Amino acid sequence: MGDVTYEPVIGLEIHVQLRTRTKMFCGCELSFGEPPNTRTCPVCLGLPGTLPVVNAEAVHYGLMIGMALGCEPAPRSIFHRKNYFYPDLPKGYQVSQYDIPLAREGRLGDVRIHRVHLEEDAAKLVHVGASGRIHSAEASDVDFNRGGTPLVEIVTEPDLRSAADASEWLRLLRATLRRLGVSDVNMDEGSLRCDANVSLRPRGEATLGTKAELKNMNSFRFLERGVEAEIARQEQILRDGGRVEQETLHYDVRSGTLSSLRSKEEAHDYRYLPEPDLVPVAPTEQMLARARDAIPELPAARAERLGRELELPSKQAQLLAFRTEVGDFYEQAVAAGGDGADPRALANWVTGELLARLGDGQEPGDSAITPESFAKLVAMVGAKDVAQSAAKDVLATLVTDGGDPAEIVASAGLGRTGEGELAAIVDRAMADQADAVEKVRAGNDKAIGAIMGAVMRETKGRADGGEVQRLIRERI
Amino acid sequence: MSEATGFEAVFGDRGDTDDARPVDHTAAELIDHVRAGRLSAAEIWDDYQRLAGADTLNAYLWRADEAPEVAANAPLAGVPLAVKDLFCTEGVPSAAASKILEGYRPPYTATAVERLREAGAPMLGKTNMDEFAMGSSNENSAFGPVKNPWDESRVPGGSSGGSAAAVAAGLAPWAIGTDTGGSIRQPAALCGIVGLKPTYGTVSRYGMIAFASSLDQAGPLTRDVTDAALLLRHMVGRDPCDSTSTGHPEEIALPSAERLDGVRFGVPPELTGDGLEPGVREVFEATLKRIEELGGSVQEVGLPHSGHAISAYYVIAPAEASANLARFDGVRYGHRAGNGDLLSLYEQTREEGFGPEVKRRIMLGTYALSSGYYDAYYGRAQKVRTTIAADFRSAFESVDVIVTPTSPTVAFALGERVDDPLAMYLSDVLTVPMSLAGIPAISIPGGLSDGLPVGIQLASPAFSENRLLDAAHALERAIDFKGARSRG
Repeated sequence: MGDVTYEPVIGLEIHVQLRTRTKMFCGCELSFGEPPNTRTCPVCLGLPGTLPVVNAEAVHYGLMIGMALGCEPAPRSIFHRKNYFYPDLPKGYQVSQYDIPLAREGRLGDVRIHRVHLEEDAAKLVHVGASGRIHSAEASDVDFNRGGTPLVEIVTEPDLRSAADASEWLRLLRATLRRLGVSDVNMDEGSLRCDANVSLRPRGEATLGTKAELKNMNSFRFLERGVEAEIARQEQILRDGGRVEQETLHYDVRSGTLSSLRSKEEAHDYRYLPEPDLVPVAPTEQMLARARDAIPELPAARAERLGRELELPSKQAQLLAFRTEVGDFYEQAVAAGGDGADPRALANWVTGELLARLGDGQEPGDSAITPESFAKLVAMVGAKDVAQSAAKDVLATLVTDGGDPAEIVASAGLGRTGEGELAAIVDRAMADQADAVEKVRAGNDKAIGAIMGAVMRETKGRADGGEVQRLIRERI
Repeated sequence: MSEATGFEAVFGDRGDTDDARPVDHTAAELIDHVRAGRLSAAEIWDDYQRLAGADTLNAYLWRADEAPEVAANAPLAGVPLAVKDLFCTEGVPSAAASKILEGYRPPYTATAVERLREAGAPMLGKTNMDEFAMGSSNENSAFGPVKNPWDESRVPGGSSGGSAAAVAAGLAPWAIGTDTGGSIRQPAALCGIVGLKPTYGTVSRYGMIAFASSLDQAGPLTRDVTDAALLLRHMVGRDPCDSTSTGHPEEIALPSAERLDGVRFGVPPELTGDGLEPGVREVFEATLKRIEELGGSVQEVGLPHSGHAISAYYVIAPAEASANLARFDGVRYGHRAGNGDLLSLYEQTREEGFGPEVKRRIMLGTYALSSGYYDAYYGRAQKVRTTIAADFRSAFESVDVIVTPTSPTVAFALGERVDDPLAMYLSDVLTVPMSLAGIPAISIPGGLSDGLPVGIQLASPAFSENRLLDAAHALERAIDFKGARSRG
């Protein structure tokens, strides 16, 4: 038993809040932190006699997502009622899709997509009391502002094999959805939510083990940690000769522990019923074409293209493709630079120095730098008109104040040291560092550093390191 | 003219003693009187307000006290309307005759009621009904049963029993109700008036407290076929708030036919065999003779699966109801009970708020939808429904109208069937097939059996209301039934 190794099998269920103007089945505008229960109407409050009407924009976004994930849209998908009692569910059922979803059978990266369907979000419970948690609450208030927000649920096939893979794939999905512009995809704010189904099986075996479902992991880090914890828990059970029970689990981030929300026996019987208040969603050719036309180049395709056309390493291409605004800035800089700036050099400068200067969550557009000034600077480095180290200072100025890199270089005296001037400085430095010169001659190559250091000090970093070294070696 | 003048005086001045009181007229006649300046909307309102106020049948649950504003040229001229309590009406109690919604006043008005108000039929009051429209006798109301004006020891039928009794007793010029499996037609039959269930989808369901969404349909209860056409004309229409609403492809015309020449009537043996009371059979057979006298032809036509209609109906309707009634949980509106714990809130609220028949149907529906039973019950019932609809389509290839009695019996005694749900369910055996097929069907009075009205049901293909109303109109003239108010 002891030498068996286990393979984790992971599938994800992702809920995406759509960024439509109005709710899924009524005309209320979506809520972004308005006072409780101010974005409601008889329909989203589930008042007696009210009826849902499907939001066409939500269907459009749903079709875009389905197509972007390579799914086949259903000619006629239908809504079902998913019945259960909870105070955040005003009708006593959630209108969702069941056996005929909006789209199915697609792929994103290495992961197959099982289905994509539309549904409505529940309201929000606010637990009144010291802890803000349900168990110790004195009372619970319901804020129906969120109730009825359009959701797309994306279900993958169990194609992921590690927590890290799951998290990385979710990043790709998030980048894809962001590029589509259909959602804020903000995990902190709940516009992107992820559940994970995890099971283990002896490596090499084809049949799936019993799965457990981890609910609501609201960051990439928690997803990774939660899945790792669950893999470890199941492995321990199996190694102890036990059996994994099918259940729904909550991962507590603070304690790093998993607790059971409900067992298989306690699982809801949702008594799915075709929603008699709605007609099937039957996308016309026009609707399909409109959705297709609205899909821009997606991150996976962009990464592939950047790698192929501009010969960028795949990690770098992925970074540029997954951060849409950064990728756009980069490509604009490539275009602006013409033959002067090497695309690979531009990529290095963007993913290295520029992102470091921008700081967390900042996009190039948030700063004063333009693709044109950036491209010019990198071209100047390439032409050795400005030294690498001096160029970093110029970049910092461009980010904070903007301007023309050539002018900044000129006015700050950062221009590359002229050849005659540099030769004189080198001569002086070699005279000052006679010891070092002797050591180099004796075969201690490292001693050249002392001479170079003196030159760089003298030129205040304006000299090109390679050029300095060449001049020193000539003289030795 | 607007002060409370006696009607005798008003008409006496004109020397028109035959047309002494608004209550002696159909709504269409009242509209003519208003147009001709012989009567004002205010006079009609005042008279009916007085009559509704003197309701001894328990037909009304709420009555308007103020005369509403009605536009001078409104097509329905201010003839007031009784509205089943199932319709939501802004600021006015709308409880579906259930304790769980007692005192609930919605913030909006149902589309059908709003359209009629705009057309000039203001709401006179809200009428009693079986709780959530579940029943065939009006005995399931949380606010007590309605009495049949023909014999107060008998039921008016249900679920639109209050609307039917009010119109039959002259407590309202006309009324609207809802029909899920016969809830307009059966009480209309038992009270001796006209009741029409339109094609599913032609009238918006927005604001109708849902019982079985795929079957519920609003329609008129009136003194005669012309009034039914007039009300229906202003009820139909596509509603952006109801995705299943279709509107009507043609304007509803006022029926004018006096003959039935060339009209082919089909009698389904499955719905006209055993089980009909002898008195009902007699009136039905006399009606068939009349059809032939008017130039129509009568032939047998098969509806081979209609015998399964009741079984399918009592799976589909409760299944939808079990979901539709889940929202009555005590959290947001209506009755609330329990000790503060969530489960007890749900259990106590629903235990206290729902009556026994509603609970029975929620249980039936919940069971039918349960995991592992869905295919055997709900799935199969839907297949039966499809087959029944196909039966009607093929029947309508050889006939224009299907004719049956509306109810196998006349009005039964209060209390007679309350302990026998199955017997009660069979009250709708002749009306449920048309509901499942979604087609229009009308009940008109065919005559009396032992002094109690017998209803005749005519049904026709979807969206053929104009043809149906014409046939009903010709037959109605020939039958010349004397309504409840004219008995003595």
